[in-house]
Amino acid sequence: MADDVKTKVIEILAEQAVLEPGDIAMDQTLEDLGIDSLGLVESIFAIEEAFDISVPFNANDPQAGDFDISSVAAIIGAVEGLVAAQKG
Amino acid sequence: MRRVVITGAGTINALGASVAETLEAMREGRCGIGRLDIRDVDRLTVQIGAQVRDYDEAAHFNRQQIALYDRFTQFALLAADEAIAQSGLTFEGPLAARAGVVMGTSGGGLNTQDENYRAVYEDGKNRVHPFVVPKLMNNAATSHVSMQHNLKGPSFTVATACASSNHAMGQAFQMIRAGMTDVMVTGGTEAMLCFGGVKAWEGLRVMSKDACRPFSATRNGMVQGEGAGMFVFEEYEHARARGAEILAEVAGFAMSSDASDIVMPSKQGASRAIAGAVSDAGIPLESVGYINAHGTGTAANDKTECAAVADVFGHHANDLMISSTKSMHGHLIGGTGAVELLACLMALRDGVVAPTIGYEEPDPECALDVVPNEAREARVDVALSNAFAFGGLNAVLALKRA
Repeated sequence: MADDVKTKVIEILAEQAVLEPGDIAMDQTLEDLGIDSLGLVESIFAIEEAFDISVPFNANDPQAGDFDISSVAAIIGAVEGLVAAQKG
Repeated sequence: MRRVVITGAGTINALGASVAETLEAMREGRCGIGRLDIRDVDRLTVQIGAQVRDYDEAAHFNRQQIALYDRFTQFALLAADEAIAQSGLTFEGPLAARAGVVMGTSGGGLNTQDENYRAVYEDGKNRVHPFVVPKLMNNAATSHVSMQHNLKGPSFTVATACASSNHAMGQAFQMIRAGMTDVMVTGGTEAMLCFGGVKAWEGLRVMSKDACRPFSATRNGMVQGEGAGMFVFEEYEHARARGAEILAEVAGFAMSSDASDIVMPSKQGASRAIAGAVSDAGIPLESVGYINAHGTGTAANDKTECAAVADVFGHHANDLMISSTKSMHGHLIGGTGAVELLACLMALRDGVVAPTIGYEEPDPECALDVVPNEAREARVDVALSNAFAFGGLNAVLALKRA
């Protein structure tokens, strides 16, 4: 299950960044990937649709809330947490 | 060059069903935002808005009219009635042909679209009411105001998202100034508070779930409103010759396009529109005493707008007042500039500057005098009204005390 989440989130981010999933490193930030605020909102929408979850995120203050977007690894961790909480 | 003055104003919005009620609410710093009373509100993540409450369409319009008038058209007609009544004008003979309507709206008949998509998709109906198209079209409100008041001159609708009504009023101003017309009924109207309208905005993740707090460090997004603001713009000599009461002079207008991003604002684009309006009015920067801000309450708009004002005005930015009345009436999208122009009229005529309510904590990136929480008495000679739309389309009006 955890691997599924990781694979799918990386796929979503790779699509936004116009990269191959294999080119995405866990320690990269959204900025490293060239994903801007619109790209981020679109990624979150894709994540919600893919996992049928609701992601708490307000574009006015991306750092606030419980959804950590500081790196690829952090996003995967946050999605795993939400999936466990909302689908468990 | 011909001068243009305002001789009538009208409105209906969450703060009141007239100019007097709206200005009273602005003076008192009253908030029109509350829990939305619309169908399927439970399926929305954002459940607040500045709705026009206790509104009974049947109290204003007959059955045939209601079949043709979407909510945004009804608001426009009510606001136009008030504005035209105040101006004292009747449009007959040669004046009718020299008078038109230019109105801003972004969503047009969105309630009509929402209801009828629901009927065909959700309810599986295969037939809709015959007037769906003339009811939902963006120019319906303009056309009905034109028909109702016999306005036969140049008339059209402007749609530039959140700047629609400022672009519309700017057009009306320039048409009179250029000699194309003598009188224009102008402003904006919006009625987007339906399930689909709010759901679409929700998706962008820029809406607040609790309040609109422009310029406050604690701001967390915009809140939608609805309603209309309408004005009678008139050529100065025409108004003077008939002894009309002049509410203010429309002195300047400027527009710009950021040409950069579809949603993120640009300081340069906003600065060019602000500086352009002052320059078009032919007045010194130091004469500007009040700016009704675009002030949406989003992180991005408010800091960019403050930076633009600081850039344009330099030291004088610290001496002028800038407030966002969206904190009270919400963001009326295509109608917002028109309702906000009322705050400019109040500053110029009554010497009362409307507050930015909901202000909790200073933001170093918005370090201007935002008139926090309480209205203030002050003599204002020149007021600006800012509007910066999604799509990077900016429109700023400059008004002078009559």
